[in-house]
Amino acid sequence: MNSRVTLAQVAVGLAIAAFLVVFLIAPVLTVIYVAFADGAGGFTLSHFISFFQITLMRESFLNSLYVGGMTVLVTSLIGVPLAYFTVRFRFRGAAIIQTLGVLPLIMPAFVGASAMQLLFGRSGSVNLILMDAFNVSIPLMDGLNGVIFVESLHYFPFILLNLSVALANIDTAMEEAAQNLGASGWRLFRRVVFPLALPGYIAGASLVFIKVFDDLGTPLILNVTNMLAPQAYLRVTSIGIDDPIGYVICVLLVLFSVAAMAGSSWFLKGRDFATLQRGGAAGLRRQLTPWQSVIAYSLVVFLLLLVLSPHIGLLLLSLSKVWSYSVLPDDYTLANYATILNDSTRMMVNTVIYCGGAALLDVILGTAIAYLVLRTRLPGRQWLDHMSTVALAMPGVVLGIGYLRSFRDVELPFGMGPLLGSSLIFILAYSVRRLPYALRSCNAALAQVHLSMEEAAQNLGASRGRTIMRVVVPMMMGGMLAGFVTSFITAAGEISETILLTSRESLAPMSYGVYLYMQSIAGRGPGAALGVLAVILVGLGTYLSNRLVVARQAAMERR
Amino acid sequence: MHEPVSVDVEKVTLSFGNNKVLDGINVTVKPGEFFALLGPSGCGKSTLLRLIAGFNRAQSGRVRVAGEDISDMPPWKRNVGMVFQSYALWPHMSVAQNVAFGLEEKHLPREAVRRGVAKALELVGLTELAARKPGQISGGQQQRVALARTLAIEPRVLLLDEPLSNLDAQLRHHMRRELVALQRRLGITTIFVTHDQEEALTTADRMAVMDKGVIQQIGTPVELFDTPVSRFVAEFIGSVNILRGSIVGGAGGDARFSSSAGEFGVPAGEENHSSGEISVAFRPHALLIARQDADRDPLRAWLSAKVTEREFLGEFVRYRLQAGDTELLADIPHRHGDEGFANGASVMAGIDPAQMRIFTG
Repeated sequence: MNSRVTLAQVAVGLAIAAFLVVFLIAPVLTVIYVAFADGAGGFTLSHFISFFQITLMRESFLNSLYVGGMTVLVTSLIGVPLAYFTVRFRFRGAAIIQTLGVLPLIMPAFVGASAMQLLFGRSGSVNLILMDAFNVSIPLMDGLNGVIFVESLHYFPFILLNLSVALANIDTAMEEAAQNLGASGWRLFRRVVFPLALPGYIAGASLVFIKVFDDLGTPLILNVTNMLAPQAYLRVTSIGIDDPIGYVICVLLVLFSVAAMAGSSWFLKGRDFATLQRGGAAGLRRQLTPWQSVIAYSLVVFLLLLVLSPHIGLLLLSLSKVWSYSVLPDDYTLANYATILNDSTRMMVNTVIYCGGAALLDVILGTAIAYLVLRTRLPGRQWLDHMSTVALAMPGVVLGIGYLRSFRDVELPFGMGPLLGSSLIFILAYSVRRLPYALRSCNAALAQVHLSMEEAAQNLGASRGRTIMRVVVPMMMGGMLAGFVTSFITAAGEISETILLTSRESLAPMSYGVYLYMQSIAGRGPGAALGVLAVILVGLGTYLSNRLVVARQAAMERR
Repeated sequence: MHEPVSVDVEKVTLSFGNNKVLDGINVTVKPGEFFALLGPSGCGKSTLLRLIAGFNRAQSGRVRVAGEDISDMPPWKRNVGMVFQSYALWPHMSVAQNVAFGLEEKHLPREAVRRGVAKALELVGLTELAARKPGQISGGQQQRVALARTLAIEPRVLLLDEPLSNLDAQLRHHMRRELVALQRRLGITTIFVTHDQEEALTTADRMAVMDKGVIQQIGTPVELFDTPVSRFVAEFIGSVNILRGSIVGGAGGDARFSSSAGEFGVPAGEENHSSGEISVAFRPHALLIARQDADRDPLRAWLSAKVTEREFLGEFVRYRLQAGDTELLADIPHRHGDEGFANGASVMAGIDPAQMRIFTG
């Protein structure tokens, strides 16, 4: 590594630092400041006290905790058995489950929420059938239940995927030793397997809690407003950007996010979970007995039907002419798609511009930060990494409100109008919150470029800049593309920031469009059609870029 | 502890897909015996051990412990203790919790578990480390914990899968002696898998050499070293010289063996009737070296050879000789003041016929 720090490095480092401070750190600090400021420049806790004096706020607080906790419980009930069966037993369809498990993540939770109402609500398909047959109904979609149900079906892959990786990494000898000493079945799982896989479970569970605790879209679509995130949104939009209670809620959201993350890393710190030991083999799969097969398959089929129900429901809804008080739509039509293609091209264009811009910005920033951290001795370079990681713990609602507050008077140059009314604000907001993920991809990609590759280029006369352009970036392309796609997809499904920042309809991206349409009964059909189009767009993008990455990788190895 | 029991493996055959890993295995381990399974990696020895523990299932054949057929019994009912190569200590439990595990699975009362743990830890001398986590103790200590954890359940049979392979050389020697002493004291029937012939020779009462899923020979270490039944066994245990050639002239009693290194009479035996290529095998210490003009013992078979390399190892000198197109090793005891033979010296190498083994092919 060349140890000289160049002027260019300093300039790039400072530029990135300035970007992160202005568009991430400052808005968040502003939110926290307002929550504790007494309006005369002093410190006060009075906003917090008045928050807890309002019955609705206390209720919202408890509801958010309840929904977060219950969702973790339900996602565990779905994710843990699925992970265990697919990793530990030999049965057909394990690969399908692992793949289908990712599917819910392609479609944001709020998109499927209305369809779930039609399937599982008071007068939804399932309850209509149950009423007919047994004269009972299940209040699955009532109030908080609905939020828990929808979020659980959406977020259980976090537990499934994390736990699967952890389970697959357990040395089989660990389990065999327990069997050798007399343990089997449930006791084997409870005493040895699950404790060993705990790191994966904890990582997944804390992520689920944070996501659900911060979610704005799903409760709003389901008309549940007595939770923290919806309350923050309502206070800021109905009472005004200066209402301190909204900021108090933001501080609570941040606090719980940080606590859940810190808690899970504290819990795992100092524990020796390095389970794959020398001489160990991982991944032996057991045979199911016939009875176990029957139970396992029925469980898996049931869970898969459940998991796919938002997608099936959305598709049906998008194709329905009328669908109410009936098990299935009464009549089918393609009119919804026609409506969307007529009315919503603007939204699609917006989505492509916002998400493409944000993803591009993420990859550029990510590559630059990765290079500065891994390849230079720029003083304070680690701070760029640390600062961008802050975004991981920042709920969209908080950043959205922070932007509204911090940039309310900011005008763009050359008479382009206010920053808050421009496309740029979406690109900035989307990119900042996805930067940690893009950075991770770029870091991994750069770490794979051996230093000697760069030294060889410099040895042959390429300057540092030329080396980056001709050797480093081409070799990192696969990782950068992966980062781009991740950023694009997650930005396309973003709703919390989007709802807050969409100040007029011409600015709305597809996600806001779905949210807007779903507000009215008549809009549900077109909204579902827009959702289906978004899912197809995102799915197609993922598939094509995967193909591209694989092809590039293959081409790289052939050379 | 239980009365020592026997282990019988009868006609066991096991394939993974098209790959025959165990092929018609027959082994009887006597009660209280320290039995070694020796062979190169991939020979099936670990598979056989795991079969006895119940982690592999044979397509045919039976496994009996104390005469009882356990072939269809799940691993957790067998009471056949196994120490894993990786130790497989659970990182989320302390040393004491690891050792207590098997006793708790037997639903013993708390007090009995406590006593069992204390006894097992004392057996391996680790009482004071009971509260530590496996990650906080050394490799040698981990090995003892794994042993204590297995012995705590008082298994009928002890299975050891390459138990010393993860230790450094010095510790390995020490643990080897300790393991033997412990086994003698407990009198527990023990089956021990290793790829290290020295480990097997020094510890085992009897041993089996395996290759390609087939047992090549079973016997005491001395039997296997002195009278190997095949070239594979001869080459796998200790060093061996091999002369390749064929039988010429004579029949039965006075058969002569001819190779590029020379011609000499060989003891009568089945193999001598074979008309094809045969191998004459003998250990480096079965060779004598003499000057070409010296008087020579007429009972030995003498070949003319040239010294190409010598290594002085203190107790003996190891010579590398070129005889015809064959390279021979000779270990000659060192006598005080004896300078031996120099590199390049032309010598005669004499083989003791009683120590020759003849194999076809």
